[in-house]
Amino acid sequence: MFKATPRASGYLRTGYAQDFALTGTRVERFSLFIFVLALLLFPLVASAFQLDIACQVFLATIGSLSLMLLTGYCGQISLGHSGLLAAGAFTVGVLFREAHAPFWITLPLAAVVGGVLGVVFGLPSLRLRGLYLAVSTLALHFVVIYLGGEYESKRGFSTGIMVDPPTIGGYEIASPRIWYFILLSAAVVSLFICLNLMRSRTGRAWRAIRDHETVAEALGIGIAGYKVLAFVISSAMTAVAGALFAYYRNFVSVEAFSLFLTIQYAAMIIIGGMGSLLGALLGAFFVTVFPYIIEAGLMALPGAQRYANVLFAVNYAAFGVVMIAFLILEPLGLVGIWRRIQSYFLLWPFKYRPASGSRK
Amino acid sequence: MQLFVNIIVLASIYALIACGYVLIYRVSRVLNLAHGELMMLGAYLLLTVGSTFSGHPFIAIAVAVVLSACVGILVYVFLMRKMTGEMVLAAVLTTIALGILLRGLVVLIWSAQFQYPIKSLGFVNESIALPGGARVSTFAALIVLTAAVVYVSLFVFLRFGRWGVRMRAAGQSPLLAAQRGINLHAVYALAWSLSTLTGSLAGMLMALDSGLDATMIIIGLKAFPAALVGGLDSLAGALVGSLIVASAEVLLIHFVDPLLSDVVPFLVLIAMLFARPWGLLGTREELDRV
Repeated sequence: MFKATPRASGYLRTGYAQDFALTGTRVERFSLFIFVLALLLFPLVASAFQLDIACQVFLATIGSLSLMLLTGYCGQISLGHSGLLAAGAFTVGVLFREAHAPFWITLPLAAVVGGVLGVVFGLPSLRLRGLYLAVSTLALHFVVIYLGGEYESKRGFSTGIMVDPPTIGGYEIASPRIWYFILLSAAVVSLFICLNLMRSRTGRAWRAIRDHETVAEALGIGIAGYKVLAFVISSAMTAVAGALFAYYRNFVSVEAFSLFLTIQYAAMIIIGGMGSLLGALLGAFFVTVFPYIIEAGLMALPGAQRYANVLFAVNYAAFGVVMIAFLILEPLGLVGIWRRIQSYFLLWPFKYRPASGSRK
Repeated sequence: MQLFVNIIVLASIYALIACGYVLIYRVSRVLNLAHGELMMLGAYLLLTVGSTFSGHPFIAIAVAVVLSACVGILVYVFLMRKMTGEMVLAAVLTTIALGILLRGLVVLIWSAQFQYPIKSLGFVNESIALPGGARVSTFAALIVLTAAVVYVSLFVFLRFGRWGVRMRAAGQSPLLAAQRGINLHAVYALAWSLSTLTGSLAGMLMALDSGLDATMIIIGLKAFPAALVGGLDSLAGALVGSLIVASAEVLLIHFVDPLLSDVVPFLVLIAMLFARPWGLLGTREELDRV
């Protein structure tokens, strides 16, 4: 969907190694360095509330990256994302309750469960396309949620499953600062997984499948295998995100994994910008922070207390409006806006790039 | 016998809702996932209109029905018209976003409490004894009746009505239909208004029968498998699908586990998608690309 980012003249790639490099120019390296530094220093100045939001953003990042792999890059629509998150969270909850398993067993197992579910979610994709695939994943979401709810009620955890924080060598991980760094590194690791997948054979095969299935097959790409692989990798990552969520909140309940969560993740990749990892990051940040902005804005109005009990309704309505606005006015999402700003400055004082002889 | 009656009532509810999905999909190839919310909106409109026109319940119902058809047209003109020619996912997500917006607005306007529009209209919901010892409430019987009337009139309309033929033409080939001078936007708007109208009818009758709050959306969503099982572009299929889904649901709830209620329609849906994705009576189309 997107071509290479617009660049000022003078930067030409002269070898394949440069094509694969994650950072190209000195400015890129410098700004990346500043950004990482800011991320590392953030917990020193942030309040507990801000730390909590940051942790949620990181969790959402993992989820939105994995959905971006599947929908943005491989072109397979999925509306079962919160079902997969629930599967990861429930793996942790069940293993902890039934076997008191430590986190270094539950997390890999959550990934395995996610992967197996990925096969189940992915199998319909071999026969179904577009809308029908979306519907089948939606149906599987309800099945997963039903199984979770069944476990809760049969075992008598009708309000939800409590999960103790994980321990390393007798030391309990409960401090928000430590969680910040754990979730930050988890998000960074998943970002690198995605980046490397995209730079490799697998990522290129996925994009070929997204752009044109028949042509991809004619090029010798095994469609079935790569589609299921996309589902497996994406689902495993999502399930790990769900498992981390369970540990972070110390609590698992089907209530948390409603259809609305799926819609939020779909909104992340739409609002962020389809087919771009940067879009997944921006979207995760935007969608996670958005309700808090609405809340702060509402509380700043006169007579704030009156609005307190309709807050969720305002959130819903505002979220719907923003989503519609992006879908209609800016289908390329935040990344599209970002690219437009970039090329505005690069091309200044001109408005359009030359018609020929340039990278699009 | 009571089980049988329950199946028929539930099937009529599903059928009444499912024909909304079918109408829009058949004409414009858009899956409207906001149908449940539009249905709920129709029921809430009745609540408001009912308190304005208190004492004239039938005028109130008529006004609410007309209003809900207008809502459908507005949705098309201001929202879905902009999405023509976009990706499938984008169009579906737009309807989902609309649904979320409506959910929020409904709670903001009418609050989240459980409401009984039947009180403001002054009807009494008596239960009717049927032969065989079964009982059915008046409005449940009315739902069955309405579903029958709606389906018969839709069949007649699509087969013989001038606009019905136009709708079918637009569904078959928008390009050729436009070439023949059919106003596509008008046809799509009509499809949206009809779909919202039938959905709202279902919503209103259910609200009159058993009260109204935001959980009504779930029923709207559960009717969707009924539409798909029968074939998303076939009205007759929606009837058959509703019967299948409703009987599976009622029987499984009765004999296996009440908790299954929310998941049964989707289990049927999965089975159907594996066996015959285009539905029982649907046309086998080239399932569209992303």
